[in-house]
Amino acid sequence: MSETALAERQAAHTIGEPIILLDKVNKWYGQMHVLRDVSLSIAERERVVVCGPSGSGKSTMIRCINRLEKHQGGRIVVDGTELTDDTRALDKIRSEVGMVFQSFNLFPHLTILQNCTLAPIWVRKMPKAEAEELAMSYLRRVKIPEQAHKYPGQLSGGQQQRVAIARALCMRPRIMLFDEPTSALDPEMIKEVLDTMIELAESGMTMVCVTHEMGFARQVADRVVFMDRGEIVESGPPHQLFEHPATDRLRLFLSQILRGH
Amino acid sequence: MSATALRPARAFDPVGWARANLFNAWWSSALTLVLIYAIVRALWGFIRWGFVHAVYSVPTGANGVPQTGVCQAAGVGACWAVIPEKIRFILFAFYPFDQQWRPALCCALFVALYAISANRFFWRRELALIWVGTLVVVGILMWGGVFGLPYVPQYKWGGLPLTLILATLGLAAAFPLAVLVALGRRAANLPAVRLLCVIYVEIIRGAPLIAWLFMATVMFPLFMPEGVDIDKILAAQVAIILFAAAYLAEVVRAGLQSLPRGQSEAADALGLGYWRKMRLIILPQALRLVIPPLVNTFIGFFKDTSLVLIVGIFDLLKAGTTAVADPPWQGQANEVYLFLAVIYFAFCFAMSKYSKGLEREFDRSRRH
Repeated sequence: MSETALAERQAAHTIGEPIILLDKVNKWYGQMHVLRDVSLSIAERERVVVCGPSGSGKSTMIRCINRLEKHQGGRIVVDGTELTDDTRALDKIRSEVGMVFQSFNLFPHLTILQNCTLAPIWVRKMPKAEAEELAMSYLRRVKIPEQAHKYPGQLSGGQQQRVAIARALCMRPRIMLFDEPTSALDPEMIKEVLDTMIELAESGMTMVCVTHEMGFARQVADRVVFMDRGEIVESGPPHQLFEHPATDRLRLFLSQILRGH
Repeated sequence: MSATALRPARAFDPVGWARANLFNAWWSSALTLVLIYAIVRALWGFIRWGFVHAVYSVPTGANGVPQTGVCQAAGVGACWAVIPEKIRFILFAFYPFDQQWRPALCCALFVALYAISANRFFWRRELALIWVGTLVVVGILMWGGVFGLPYVPQYKWGGLPLTLILATLGLAAAFPLAVLVALGRRAANLPAVRLLCVIYVEIIRGAPLIAWLFMATVMFPLFMPEGVDIDKILAAQVAIILFAAAYLAEVVRAGLQSLPRGQSEAADALGLGYWRKMRLIILPQALRLVIPPLVNTFIGFFKDTSLVLIVGIFDLLKAGTTAVADPPWQGQANEVYLFLAVIYFAFCFAMSKYSKGLEREFDRSRRH
């Protein structure tokens, strides 16, 4: 994609009201301070890529957004509801927030189709036929409708991750979280998953994505957040961060990432 | 097609197999010969005792007492006459003789219930109704007192139907309890529930089943107010349920523990909520993983129900031992024990075969 076309598309893409708010979030694992005063506001339809060295707290932060991890200080507000121990409110929020994991986490005892229809049927109370129709439409969108009646163990890693994306989308979430979605994949399968994510980004989905794929960040991110040692060090549009890093930590990180590629 | 499937199938060659596995060295050949000799001797001894020199029937004396003298003669093997003579007592104990079709029907109902439950076609909500219905019918048949059936008090129950009641009701009630206890022990957010479950499992496991049976049937009634009469069979049944549940809970917990955390997280992330997550995602996978130890525990408890004889309940084993206490048959304990072993074996082997089939079926449906 040319620079001008990219700029045009990004200009056309309008960002709405804040939908995720992290306010001075703190978290400890025992003595280890893994999130330090993390504050971040993400708007509706915004696409945020979070990067940083391993152990920087980026996965922990994204997992706090749907409370797979509990934060111990500060506030997290998602879609107008603050995350607390109220499980009913929590399940409501979780059904609005799709998540894609590094290790896919498909349900191995269910077929691809059943993986996709499970939550719509049981959480959304959708009739089975309707849920299956919905699931097939998303499986077509991630380009694997022909695998619908297989089991996850019969699919390649890239296919499984695309199913995981389709499964999350079947809940028609307002936000999608990606926790290193391509890190467990063989190199030749990374592209098919990234292409699916790019297509999703272009449809206007609010996305928060932890990834090392800098090409992906450049292409779709409205904003890149760089984390290190549990805090947000820098954030801004991708070209600004990648071409003019303001801190030594980001410079070091970028040089390591680029050397790796 | 995989490479292994292309390998040409070779006809089985017994001589070659024996040479490669049984006679591949001098010590191997020697060991094989010694073992063959031992096996043949033992087998021949059993055949001589059980068939060649066996007595199949004895004459009845003028007073109606069987003349078992022929069984006591030197060189005589098994006296199988004891089985037809005592079979009704072994199977039904003191249940009124002319009413014994009722416990017999109960046994048939139980076997039918197992067969239906084993068929995955019937694994649906209605199965629970079938279970409740069957247990109600068994209750009506055993107790009677309605539909023109004479009332038979519990202390007259015994034999095979009692063993099946104790085992079936025991495991059917213990299993759901075990799942709850296992889940409770892993409930990270409910420390009180967790502690309670740990205490329950540790205390129950800490004493032998016999001790619990004594406590339930002898000690527990002492603590009850005057006039409250606790039935011995009911007390033993409760003890078996609580005991089995503690063991099964640990088996189920092992299954829960062996699932990767990602499964639980993925279910959470979809907003399924705790109970649906457990029912639809976690338990189906965890229980499949522990089918072998689960069935192992089931088989163990099926046989352990025979411990109730210690508190004077006439289960199958107790009925058998009582049958050979009858003076004319006092020498024939071996025959009766063998007969009992065959009955126990039939049920246990069926369970074992079924679990094998179930494992295979689940393996196939996952096709990893």
